[in-house]
Amino acid sequence: MNENLFASFATPTMMGLPIVILIIMFPSILFPSPNRLINNRLISIQQWLVQLTSKQMMAIHNNKGQTWTLMLMSLILFIGSTNLLGLLPHSFTPTTQLSMNLGMAIPLWAGTVFMGFRHKTKAALAHFLPQGTPIFLIPMLVIIETISLFIQPVALAVRLTANITAGHLLIHLIGGATLALMSISPSTALITFIILILLTILEFAVAMIQAYVFTLLVSLYLHDNT
Amino acid sequence: MASVEMWYSSPWTKSLPMRVKTKLGLPLKEKKLMEVKLGELPSWILMRDFTPKGIAGAFQRGYYRYYNKYINVKKGSVAGISMVLAAYVLFNYCRSYKELKHERRRKYH
Repeated sequence: MNENLFASFATPTMMGLPIVILIIMFPSILFPSPNRLINNRLISIQQWLVQLTSKQMMAIHNNKGQTWTLMLMSLILFIGSTNLLGLLPHSFTPTTQLSMNLGMAIPLWAGTVFMGFRHKTKAALAHFLPQGTPIFLIPMLVIIETISLFIQPVALAVRLTANITAGHLLIHLIGGATLALMSISPSTALITFIILILLTILEFAVAMIQAYVFTLLVSLYLHDNT
Repeated sequence: MASVEMWYSSPWTKSLPMRVKTKLGLPLKEKKLMEVKLGELPSWILMRDFTPKGIAGAFQRGYYRYYNKYINVKKGSVAGISMVLAAYVLFNYCRSYKELKHERRRKYH
């Protein structure tokens, strides 16, 4: 049971071939591109969702920040669809791998920071020192603000990884407990099963919320820096 | 059969509709799977295009066949994507069967 618990997070290879690339590209099949003015139902539903989300998310940005709309929308679609597909039985979720989340977080965060330093250098540097601090605290505070700046991408990546991995692990564990309890005492197994159902509902919510949070934070960093 | 092939290669015979040509006799390369006789099957499989371009073409044809039949219709239903998701679950099950084998309820694994 111990080894099996983490076996589902291993990189999928089939006969030595890394098919993880295929699994990462799989959600793109579920989003066909619209060709016409009036499309089929699948595309219409997706278009409506994307417009709703983009209006809500990009309203706070000015013109310069709104050039990032495509990037942020594809980000939230990718993370949301990958997390939701990971809730299917036996499937592999790429966002459980820290390497991939770091690969998403660091370039995006670095993009916002460099943009801020390039266009509004004084304002970007001024972020390191909040207003109204006593004079003797300034060196300390600059160090703390620098650390908190550099921890942003790591926090983005680790937050996503930890949430999704923890959710999947809990589902495995409680499901295994329900199965084991069924032969010992069916009533406890029923309670555990209800917990499993609640957990699955939570996981659906978490899958979408994590996507949202990731994208929201990137857009916040963008807002600070445009 | 030599006379049929020679007759087939003239411009007029090439412009006949497909339903006439299948009755009159096609060369093996252009038959579809259901029209190939059982004895001709190995040579038909070997004649298929296994270059990367041919394989990509096969995937593209398969994708559009499924897409136009189940999703790109006026009243598509949830069955269109749930078939895809079910196939995805099945694929992942086959991929991880080796580890799942040990979790069955057996006395000897």
